[in-house]
Parts: sequence; C-alpha cells; structure tokens
Amino acid sequence: MAKVFIYPATSLILSDLVARYGHTPLSSATAIRERIQTAGIESVPLQITPEEPKKGLRWAAVEVPSGVRGRMALYGPMIDSCDAAIVIKDSDLAFGCMGCARTNELVKYLVREKKVPRLDLNYPKSEEEGTRFVAAIKRFLEGLGGGK
Amino acid sequence: MTVPVRIAQLSCGPEYSGVQQEINEAAKAVNGEIFFPDIALKDIIRDFEAFGLDVRSPDLKLAIARAKALAEGRIDADAVFIATCFRCAEAAIVRNELRRYIHNNSKLPVVSYSFTERTTAGTLLTRMEALTTIARRRALLARETQQGITLGVDSGSSTTKAIVMKDNRIVGTGWQPTTEVLKSAQDVIGHALTEAGIRRDEIEAVGTTGYGRFLVGKEIRADLIQEELTVNSKGAVYLADRQHGPATVIDIGGMDNKAITVQDGIPGTFTMGGICAGASGRFLEMTAKRLGVDITELGPLAMKGFANHVPMNSYCIVFGTQSLVNALAAGSSREDVAAAACHSVAEQVFEQQLQEVDIKEPVLMVGGTSLIEGLVHAMGELLQTRIMVPKYSQYIGAVGSALLASGFIRDD
Repeated sequence: MAKVFIYPATSLILSDLVARYGHTPLSSATAIRERIQTAGIESVPLQITPEEPKKGLRWAAVEVPSGVRGRMALYGPMIDSCDAAIVIKDSDLAFGCMGCARTNELVKYLVREKKVPRLDLNYPKSEEEGTRFVAAIKRFLEGLGGGK
Repeated sequence: MTVPVRIAQLSCGPEYSGVQQEINEAAKAVNGEIFFPDIALKDIIRDFEAFGLDVRSPDLKLAIARAKALAEGRIDADAVFIATCFRCAEAAIVRNELRRYIHNNSKLPVVSYSFTERTTAGTLLTRMEALTTIARRRALLARETQQGITLGVDSGSSTTKAIVMKDNRIVGTGWQPTTEVLKSAQDVIGHALTEAGIRRDEIEAVGTTGYGRFLVGKEIRADLIQEELTVNSKGAVYLADRQHGPATVIDIGGMDNKAITVQDGIPGTFTMGGICAGASGRFLEMTAKRLGVDITELGPLAMKGFANHVPMNSYCIVFGTQSLVNALAAGSSREDVAAAACHSVAEQVFEQQLQEVDIKEPVLMVGGTSLIEGLVHAMGELLQTRIMVPKYSQYIGAVGSALLASGFIRDD
C-alpha cells in the first residue's frame, strides 16, 4: 500500500480512486460544491491559525505570501511523506481546485523534485478521453504494488 | 441593537493565513457582519471571463465573479471589504482593479487591505469602522453646516486638538502634544473654551476622534465617537468649501497616513496605515531637530533648498536619518537637506499609498504636517497639481467632529 499525493488535493474523485485501489490518498478532501458560500474555493476544513504560515516557512521563504505558506503547512507534509503522486493539469473547477496559483506552482514543483513515481495527466475534455483518463490512473495505481 | 452592516468579503488567502477570524472580529466590533457572496460554481468562469482580467489563481477568479455579482446587484450588501495576501503581485493587481471597479459601478463603500499572518483585528478596526460608518450614517455625513455650540476633540498619536464651533464658525481652538491622553484632552478643551469665551455647560454636543477617541469620548461623555477617516474627510471638504463633487484628502500623520477620495463629502475609497516612520511626520520632526530649527521653520527652510541636491529616499527613519547626517557631513546646505526630507516623505507616501486611491482634484492636505510648506510643495510636484491647504487644517479632526456632532443636538 502506497501513500499517494493527489493534485488537485481537493479532488474527491481522485481521492476515491486511490482508495479503491487499496492505497492511501494524501489529500485535503474538501468537497467542491455547486455553490460557493465560503471565503475561498478550497476553504479550509480545519482551523488554520497564524501559526500555520510560520510552519510553512519550511517550504517557502518569509518573502512568500502568507496564504502560500499557510497552504504549505498543510500540503508540505503530505508531499514529504508521499510514495507516489498523481497530478492532473488544467482540471475543471468542479473536479477539484486549489485557490492559489502560486501555491499550485510550488506544490507541483516539489512533487516533481520528490522523484517518486508520478502520473501526469491532462484533464479529459471528452467521454473518450475520460475513459482513457481513468484507465491510466488504474494502471498507475496497480503498478505501485501493495494495493488491491 | 441596530441591524449589522453586511460587509461582502472578496478575498484570496485570509483563511490559510489564519487571519479570517481577525477580519470577522474587527467587523463585529463595529456592528458589521462579514459574509461571502453566494455564487454558483458554474458562474465563476463566465463572470471572470466577462471581466477580462486573466489571472491564474482560482480564488481571485472567485473574487472577480463575486465583485461582478455585487456591482450588477445580483447580491445585496452594504459595503465591500477586499483583502489579499501581502507580497502577491497577482493579488495586488486584482485588489486594485476590483476596488476601482466597485467604486465606479456601485454605490457601495469599499476598502482594500493586504494582510500577513500578523494582521490583527486591532489593525483592521479603524478601516472597518469607517466602512460601516459610511454605510450606516450617510445621513449624518451629509451634514454641510454646523449648528448650535459644539465641541470637537481629536486625540491623535502626536498631538491633541480641540475646536469649539458656534453657528457654523470656529470660535475657539486648543492644541498641544499628546502626553497623558485624558490630561492633554482636558487641557486643549480648556484652552478652546477660554478662547471662545464659552462655558463647558453651554456646549450642546461633543464629538471625539483620533487614537484616543474612545477613552476621551467616554470621559467627556461625547455624543459622537468616530474614527478619523470619515471625520477628517468631512472636516477637509467643509474647511476647503468643497462639499460637492470629488476631492482627495491627504493626511500625513505622526503615526500613520491617510489618503481618502471623497465624493460629495462622503469617503469613497481610502488607504490608511503606517508605511514606516521615514514616511511620517515623525521623520520631519527629527529632521527639524537635527537641523536645529523649530518644526514650524522647516517648511520655509525647505522652500529655499533643492531636494535633488541630496540623495534621500527611505521609508525607514533610521536610514533616512543616516542620509540626512551623511549629507550634512558632506557639506550640503540645511536648506537642501530640509527640502530633501520633505521630498522623501512625500515620495514614500506617493509611491506606497497614493497608488491605492484614484487621485481626484482638488487635492486637500490636512493635519499638522500640511503646515510644512516644503512638504505640500513636494507633494504637489509629485502629483502634478496645486494642493489646497484649508485654514485650520491642523485641526481637521476636531473640526470634523464638531461639525458632525451638531447632528446630535436635540431640539428641546
């Protein structure tokens, strides 16, 4: 069983897929809703305090905006502990979405630098692409070993 | 309890910076209520694309979509608070454009702020108070003449001022450096009353403003305790006789600076805050001390010098003083150094704060520093406009308080 970091970390579909193949998804598991009534698109599921941006200094310098460092306090440890990663590019907001583009750039770079098995996929635009998309994820997860 | 002012928040990053609670608390302290405009996920991209500012961060796209919904009247609000992370260039562009967009396309008062994880409710309080005042007290702010006998007290960080007004005229003034907040207030009130020849019990209504407004207001049982952004705006357009149409008010204070755009006497957008001491009245006080002149002599001295003869451009008071000392040691004239100090302060305010408001003429400079001729001249050069300094400009907060307080005089 592998710990698999998913990007976007808020994608419930991706998180579910990883779990179905017997691995542990590393994600923030925030539901993207039909309506957005919270502060941000990926509003925090837990109480973030001003301490989190300080903890985030481990992954981003003090000159980096506090919102990036606060997010890194959440996502940084996940990236550090992952055995594999799935990165979906240009995904639809409804699929899963992280609110800060600068954090997203840093997260994807750190995942790349981690040099663990990684699956990079473009978000499917058609049903046919969707089928290939799910199949690719299935192959990747089965290939990690230790799963179902 | 009055109905809370509903403040729509457009933001990126406050939750992950751990400051959302601080924003909520600041709003609650002035009977405001933060809410996030409810918007459908499917509408975000449509509205963001229609707005036309092609940013990458989804939360900024959400903020843009929410701004459109507010401006188009699809969502009801009384005021708008825009907040994004400090040091994020993308967010700064959005913050600036949304503030301008809402100002131009709605009647909603708007304030913008860039936060760090160190931002507290206390830092935000005056801005929130101004925002809720503009939303709640438009009728009070519409007052154009003073009636009866009223007293206004401005308990500022550097100086305390008092004004007695009678039948739309200033009849008494008091001014002194702030030491003990209450004692300074009592002293200037005493002076203003003596000058006016009016007894304390003849005063029909009292208003306070400035950092010590709550303490002083409670002590002297003020009818109106009001932050300085709205009060100074009102005082400035009243004294300059520019109560109708647009104006911009600049107040370089001892501790922080304010830049406010005003329409018909009511603040539209504003920035407030310290940049650093190198961009405050404190630096000019230090300059005067180092040059061995009284602060009242610094302005005329600066007018005789040339700012570009001395390199001085720092928002840190320590580095600014270092430039000053180096210039004097290298043989620069006192006049040139005085001019450079005025230019440096004006330049910091221009670069750091005035970029956040749309300057509309006439530009009015108020507060104690507006009496420093060299500073007003330097600001005028930077803004390429002639700046107005109304009579009694150093008493601006006290005048605004006395003016607005007359709305509390009872007919009985």
